[in-house]
Amino acid sequence: MFESLSENLQATFKELRGQGRLTEDNIKDALRQVRRALLEADVALDVVRDFIDRVKERALGEQVRTSLTPGQEFISIVREELITELGGASQGLELRAQPPAVILMAGLQGSGKTTSTGKLARYLLEQKKRVLVVSCDVYRPAAIDQLKTVAEAVSADFHPSSPLQSPAQIADAALAVARKELYDVLIVDTAGRQTVDEKMMQEIKGLHDFLKPAETLFVIDSMTGQDAAKTAAAFGDALALTGVVLTKVDGDARGGAALSVRKVTGKPIKFLGVGEKLEALEVFHPERLASRILGMGDVLSLIEEAEKKIDRQKAEKLAQKFKKGKGFDLEDYRDQLAQMVNMGGLGAMLDKLPGVSQIPAQVKNQINDKEITRAIAIINSMTLQERRFPDVIKASRKKRIAAGSGTQVPDVNRLLKQHMQMQKMMKRMRKGGMANMMRGMQGMMPPGGMPRR
Amino acid sequence: MSAQGTSTGFIGRMRAQINRGDSWLTYDLANLLPGEKIDEDALEDFEDLLIQADLGIEAASEVCEKLRGGINSGRIKRPDQLRKALHASLVELLSPSSIPLEIPEFIRPFVIMAVGVNGVGKTTTMGKIGARLKQQGLSVMFAAGDTYRAGAVAQLETWAEKVDIPIIGQGQNADPASVIFDAYSAAKARNVDVLIADTAGRLHTQGGLMEELRKIKRVMQKHDQFAPHEMMIVVDATAGHNALKQALEFHEAVGLTGITLTKLDGTAKGGAIFAIAKRLALPIRFVGVGEQADDLGVFDAHEFVSALLGDTGD
Repeated sequence: MFESLSENLQATFKELRGQGRLTEDNIKDALRQVRRALLEADVALDVVRDFIDRVKERALGEQVRTSLTPGQEFISIVREELITELGGASQGLELRAQPPAVILMAGLQGSGKTTSTGKLARYLLEQKKRVLVVSCDVYRPAAIDQLKTVAEAVSADFHPSSPLQSPAQIADAALAVARKELYDVLIVDTAGRQTVDEKMMQEIKGLHDFLKPAETLFVIDSMTGQDAAKTAAAFGDALALTGVVLTKVDGDARGGAALSVRKVTGKPIKFLGVGEKLEALEVFHPERLASRILGMGDVLSLIEEAEKKIDRQKAEKLAQKFKKGKGFDLEDYRDQLAQMVNMGGLGAMLDKLPGVSQIPAQVKNQINDKEITRAIAIINSMTLQERRFPDVIKASRKKRIAAGSGTQVPDVNRLLKQHMQMQKMMKRMRKGGMANMMRGMQGMMPPGGMPRR
Repeated sequence: MSAQGTSTGFIGRMRAQINRGDSWLTYDLANLLPGEKIDEDALEDFEDLLIQADLGIEAASEVCEKLRGGINSGRIKRPDQLRKALHASLVELLSPSSIPLEIPEFIRPFVIMAVGVNGVGKTTTMGKIGARLKQQGLSVMFAAGDTYRAGAVAQLETWAEKVDIPIIGQGQNADPASVIFDAYSAAKARNVDVLIADTAGRLHTQGGLMEELRKIKRVMQKHDQFAPHEMMIVVDATAGHNALKQALEFHEAVGLTGITLTKLDGTAKGGAIFAIAKRLALPIRFVGVGEQADDLGVFDAHEFVSALLGDTGD
């Protein structure tokens, strides 16, 4: 039901081929599609409108980079804006208060506060902090038991409380214990509450005033729809939030709620809950979530990376060489292979392609860079002369090269054949520059990885 | 025997709850349609409003297309007519799904099994349904099938104690299929009318856990090949587009027969239910509007839409 935004945009921009500039006219449809994609990802409508305006402003008159199609240029603008809106670099917890630093957890029912409390405790324990957790949820049956079990599972200290106490009494007692026993951090779990419930909102306000937390984290389910903005705003009004925890990210929701919450509260998303296991807590990365919201793989960062990592000097030298009519020798081939390894290898490139994340891990593990490393080793075992003039390599040399690189003669043969094919390809595009050469590499990469025309 | 209960008092309360935040549609409609004229812009804004209630783009545009037809043909001229037409088309979308839970006398024990993603309110809903059925004079038993989440068994036990319903469980980390199988035997032996089985929340993307649900069903069917007689998915009103995916995946895994929509007491409108109704036409059984035992009502399309629109009802 969710078509990939990037595919749709490619189709929209098909007719625009050859136009070097994004104009009001040619991005109109594209903006509609972005709007739809964001709404389907559950970004709140007001936030979507705002975002579309910003993208429009930035895109108008933008020069299309030569390496990209207008469609790609446009997506890259959308994605960059989205990353900016999601809050740039990831931020950790700010606990430089006088110990015990208090972390207050707040959110709707069922958003995952208690589980997140356990995960945070584990995360802090790993950083050698002394952590005490306490539950102020006196309403939901057995909520305190739940935190107790979770705390035991991560071996965090648990301050016992009872549904017969008031949340304020519990907080008071827990803070006293945390102070007396010199804990570094006290994490206070609270009951889930609806923002329209004034009594409950007053209660958490009271807790906040009393505890003066170093961090007040708003916990929200990544599956939340349009209501995310409203709820976040209400919590933000009641409490001085310092950050957001986005939970259940291991599901297949597009997680547009993150953008709404970030925009409405202005507070950074600090953690992602990515599973029921208590170690399933990740530091937030805006790039990944941006791609997810847009329903696309990380094609753009692949393009960016290709542009960044490919050694321009070497590439230009190679291009010069072609122009002068010289061949593509094994030395050049080795440089190319080395650059692929530089980009993180096939596996890393594969990870960035749309849809690949669904491929089971076992299949992915079979795709490895062994072939490339082996090819490089074979070339390294050749003499300079052999690299420049591969024709001299006959049976005896092959045996030596195979022995030197720890491979077999057939491997050497295969490499030489591959090189022959590359050479043919290179000859065909001798007249073109860098861009053509990049495309020449297409055959060596998984499909869809490079800009096509 | 029908699960129909004290409906007027409940709906009044639901309406009060839903409109406690702000009466979004009434307010916005008045602003949108200041004059007598209804134009294209107004309709577009209207579509936006439905989207904001989580109806989803598909359902929202379908409703608006219908209204557009009415406007173009001249049937809708004034704002109050538009309002009525909107009410009617929203009800039309939901009314095929407005089927209350029936517990026929010839099925004993009648098994209700709750499924859904984490944190939607399965255990609370099962507690409330238990209380409701008991009030109607049925004998009820709980099966503590959520053996994964910390405190889940204790949570259902607290409910069991509160509403005085026996509970069968084996504690945390037991095999849920075995817990529910045993509970069925116990229910049968004690001539219990309704067995309510809670299960652990699971994301529909977790293949292994979905398989576990199939296993629970398979094992239960050794007792009664038609069990569970009600496979109920619990959906959170705050959920967005993902709610439909949840329903589709759970339906494919275990075959759903009903929906309960929870947390309607907040600012969320629960519009995601429209997309589910449109796609799956599953009976929507109950709505949850709070944490107390009586904060559960039988779903009624007309009243649900009225509550959403802030109508006084007609």
